[in-house]
Amino acid sequence: MQGSDLRTKKEQLLLFLSWFVAAMATGGSLFFSEVMGFPPCILCWYQRICMYPMVLILGAAFLNEDRAYFRYSFPLIITGLIIAIYHNLLYYNLIPESSAPCREGISCTTVFFEWLGILTIPLLSLIAFGILSILLIYLRKNYNEK
Amino acid sequence: MKNKFYLLFISVVVLIGFFILGSEKFHRSEMRRLDFLSHEKAELFVRPYSPIKGETDAKIFVTEFLDPECESCRAIYPFVKKILEDYRGKIKLVVRYVPFHKNSKFAIKVLEASREQGKYWETLEVLFRFQPNWANHHNPQPELIWEYLPSAGIDVEKIKKDMNANNFETIIEQDMADAKVLGVRGTPTFFVNGKPLEKFGVEALKEAIEREIKIHDL
Repeated sequence: MQGSDLRTKKEQLLLFLSWFVAAMATGGSLFFSEVMGFPPCILCWYQRICMYPMVLILGAAFLNEDRAYFRYSFPLIITGLIIAIYHNLLYYNLIPESSAPCREGISCTTVFFEWLGILTIPLLSLIAFGILSILLIYLRKNYNEK
Repeated sequence: MKNKFYLLFISVVVLIGFFILGSEKFHRSEMRRLDFLSHEKAELFVRPYSPIKGETDAKIFVTEFLDPECESCRAIYPFVKKILEDYRGKIKLVVRYVPFHKNSKFAIKVLEASREQGKYWETLEVLFRFQPNWANHHNPQPELIWEYLPSAGIDVEKIKKDMNANNFETIIEQDMADAKVLGVRGTPTFFVNGKPLEKFGVEALKEAIEREIKIHDL
């Protein structure tokens, strides 16, 4: 092993937590589509494109000593967050679907799943992207290289 | 580094474990739900208006949710037909609709209207045979259907009148509602005596039929 870990315990924990959130979101979305058979709409696919790589990027970041991961993960997370916000606005009828890019295939506003009456799939996605953004920004502010 | 690697590895294993357990649990509860529905709500699988092929008193009913515009339905139809012949007297086919394509509803209405002329299965075969032409993805031309129907001895003018005179929309909506309850998310989807296939395909369909034959001692 090359030297001791540069990271503090707290930083490691937060990084692991970020990886875990991404892994849960990935596993959860695969469960919805592959096990429960809900077809993903086009906006869900765009969010998946942003979320799935995070498992690998944050996993590698957790194992390695460098702190460059923010540069690679932040663009994905912010893109995902923006799409998730847009998707939720559509889903909860805050903007009309006519202005949405979902004409072919599965409608982006079809309600497939509701947990405890409020937790829908787009909301779960928004929560995951939200937590990841907060964690990553926190890590950046407190631990990143100057 | 090593410890972190183990932590990550174990987490991945645990997550995958939960995923597999979850799928098993979901699968079992779906099976129980469908089993319950096939006993308590048989009408979900066969509506009084549903077209049926085969002996009425056959013990095994195969419900097929199909779409005349769906390519897989077209591909599997010859096998379904063969199965119906092989198990003649023991089995009947119930057709239900899930219009997943652009002109599906149009084709279904043509199909339903052909029942008045007693030409339902002939029409279904014509629709499937010429599907690549009238349902071409780049240039769908549903009006081509009119040119193909006479080959099966069908009165096209009568179809045109009947398909709009009758309220086939209600049938389609009922079928779609039932499909939703039964968790049908693609076509074709088969149920054999209300039981879903373990996996998709002709072989799985045959296995399911064989199982029912054993159960009913046919």
